[in-house]
Amino acid sequence: MADGPTVLDVRDLKVVFATRAGEIHAVNRVSFDLKAGELLGVVGESGSGKSVTMMALLGLLPSPPAEIRSGQVLFEGEDLVTCGARRLKAIRGHRIGFVFQDPMTSLNPVFTVGFQIMEPLRRHLGLDKARARRRAAELLDLVGIPDASRRLGDYPHQFSGGMRQRVMIAIALACEPRLLIADEPTTALDVTIQAQILELVRDLRRSLGMAIVWITHDLGVIAGIADRVMVMYAGQVVEMAPVRDLFADPRHPYTRALLATVPSVRGPRADKLQAIDGQPPLLLAHPAACSFAPRCAHAAGSCAVANPPRRPVMPAHEVACVFDMARARPAPVLDVAHG
Amino acid sequence: MAEPSAAPAAAPLVSVRDLKVHFPILSGVFRRRTGAVRAVDGVSFDIAAGETLGLVGESGCGKSTTGRAMLRLVEPTAGTVRIGDDDITTAPPGHLRRLRPAMQMVFQDPQASLNPRMTVMDIIAEPLDEHTRLSRAEKRDKVLDLMDAVGLSADFAGRYPHAFSGGQRQRIGIARALALNPRFIVCDEPIAALDVSIQAQVVNLLEDLQARFGLTYLFISHDLSMVRHIADRVAVMYLGHIVEIAPRDDLFAAPLHPYTEALLSAVPEHDPAAEATRQRIILTGDVPSPARPPAGCAFSTRCPKVQPVCRTTAPATVVTAPGRAVACHLVAGPAAAGSVGAS
Ligand SMILES: Nc1ncnc2c1ncn2[C@@H]1O[C@H](COP(=O)(O)OP(=O)(O)OP(=O)(O)O)[C@@H](O)[C@H]1O
Ligand SMILES: Nc1ncnc2c1ncn2[C@@H]1O[C@H](COP(=O)(O)OP(=O)(O)OP(=O)(O)O)[C@@H](O)[C@H]1O
Ligand SMILES: [Mg+2]
Ligand SMILES: [Mg+2]
Repeated sequence: MADGPTVLDVRDLKVVFATRAGEIHAVNRVSFDLKAGELLGVVGESGSGKSVTMMALLGLLPSPPAEIRSGQVLFEGEDLVTCGARRLKAIRGHRIGFVFQDPMTSLNPVFTVGFQIMEPLRRHLGLDKARARRRAAELLDLVGIPDASRRLGDYPHQFSGGMRQRVMIAIALACEPRLLIADEPTTALDVTIQAQILELVRDLRRSLGMAIVWITHDLGVIAGIADRVMVMYAGQVVEMAPVRDLFADPRHPYTRALLATVPSVRGPRADKLQAIDGQPPLLLAHPAACSFAPRCAHAAGSCAVANPPRRPVMPAHEVACVFDMARARPAPVLDVAHG
Repeated sequence: MAEPSAAPAAAPLVSVRDLKVHFPILSGVFRRRTGAVRAVDGVSFDIAAGETLGLVGESGCGKSTTGRAMLRLVEPTAGTVRIGDDDITTAPPGHLRRLRPAMQMVFQDPQASLNPRMTVMDIIAEPLDEHTRLSRAEKRDKVLDLMDAVGLSADFAGRYPHAFSGGQRQRIGIARALALNPRFIVCDEPIAALDVSIQAQVVNLLEDLQARFGLTYLFISHDLSMVRHIADRVAVMYLGHIVEIAPRDDLFAAPLHPYTEALLSAVPEHDPAAEATRQRIILTGDVPSPARPPAGCAFSTRCPKVQPVCRTTAPATVVTAPGRAVACHLVAGPAAAGSVGAS
């Protein structure tokens, strides 16, 4: 799947928010790429900059307070950071579909759900009203909403949380985009409907070669659908790996701590859930040292001195840590020069 | 009405009987009522003081509506809800307002429930302003305590909701719900937007508060591994009905209702190797709409074990073991008690 042409290439993206308390460095030099048909899973601490990264590359952050301080976002070769608002508007919702984390605020409460699904079909694809309507009903049906044609006339508040989320997915898929950016798209869905959506996404990848960025806290979903996984912490990518390697052999201490916190439905039931102690940093400046060090069980003096760059530890597997947490070597091993 | 067929061991704090919430369907130029969405269609259950009842089920099956109706955030069409000595369904507005501090809700949609023009400090302090006489300083301390309890840095107190990530916003909602030391909290997908580590923090927090103050929870979630962790008993809902209710361990070890079986089998493994070998029951058939529920058993259109009788007759709810009940024609029990979900 991963050998198609590159659809998205994000390089060194940095996003800063201006606030009364000073600057907040929410996204710090994030780089990743994505090929046609590939699904990149994005996981990471709440507040680590997953949503801000994606909003920034879609040009959806209000400025001020947000500022893209550096970086390129190449979508099929075109830089979205510099292409201008009009051009972006033509691409968004057409060749790039997106699902936001918060469905109630991204759906407009005063328009019917049908209108909101038909809008991109009419605007980008030029469908007439009747055809757009038929297609909208098909899309609602595709995301598993019963009684689809009748429900086109309903308003968002008449839908359940999970249904609203599926409406967002239907809108994102309406124009069969080249790239789908999905930010926590299934948080409100039960497992059976989630499975149905994941199946749909799999089909679209196969049939349309759609490239997908899928942000989620659900590692079970990641395990099931991702090709590669990007792990974020404090606005940085701390680990990037093929999905099997990430689960079998996580190399960054944050990733390892994260995987250790997941409870299971099938294994033994723990009395107390594990959490990672401490809090993430406030990011009032560009991190000069490893941001995870204050919470890291393996931190050493060197961690406070420099911010370790991402480096390959295995084929296609990169880690931003001065240590290498290989499974075969559970004790930290210092293997790069720094300082 | 029969006694609740799957009562908790201790005396109930919350008891729900034959609760129904029907939304009218209006159509035509005159917006005439042409039907109803039977979002909640006769559910009954109890929750003991200090207990957590998990509520799970398909998207759109009526979980949020049940939770909202229990706190009268939406008007029930029929049925009763008692919390302690109070009948919530008939309480007049003034009385209801006095009861409010004791019963709170953490909402599914954090952003929509936070006022964008208020700082976090003000949002969390709002219920304190309304229902307590604390001094400014006391209020401030209390808010900072609450923020600390849900893992939000005190430095965030002056920020507005839009400056927070989804997970951070959800924690603001939880802090606000806890502000008045409620007895009963409806948690509607309280952790869906959080990363697993913070999910663990919040769940541990909810458990600590429960142990310290004897809180009672209705915990609505589609995350079955979390439900298994936090719930004492679990109710499974399908199309407005409760199809199975059971102590947690029994439910996860041996689900009785075919829908529960399918639901549990659909949980993904967080390990690609195990995930590749997982056996899944895939449901096919028409997903019914609560505006036009099927005749007979609500699950009959998709049930892999469906029998002719299922398409004509709604199953009675049978108690199969102490604290355990199921509404399915294929499950025989010692006694029919008909109060958990069958209509
Ligand atoms: N308008 C803003 N002003 C200031 N800070 C902001 C603003 N928007 C976002 N942030 C901060 O940027 C950081 C990254 O937020 P983001 O929403 O990307 O997190 P996330 O990784 O998506 O988290 P979650 O998993 O909880 O959704 C957070 O610390 C947040 O507080
Ligand atoms: N105000 C309303 N008007 C009309 N129908 C409504 C209204 N609110 C909810 N419904 C319908 O009632 C049903 C149950 O909705 P509810 O929000 O309770 O589902 P849920 O189980 O919480 O789902 P989810 O897991 O997706 O949040 C849905 O079919 C929904 O469309
Ligand atoms: Mg986010
Ligand atoms: Mg809901």
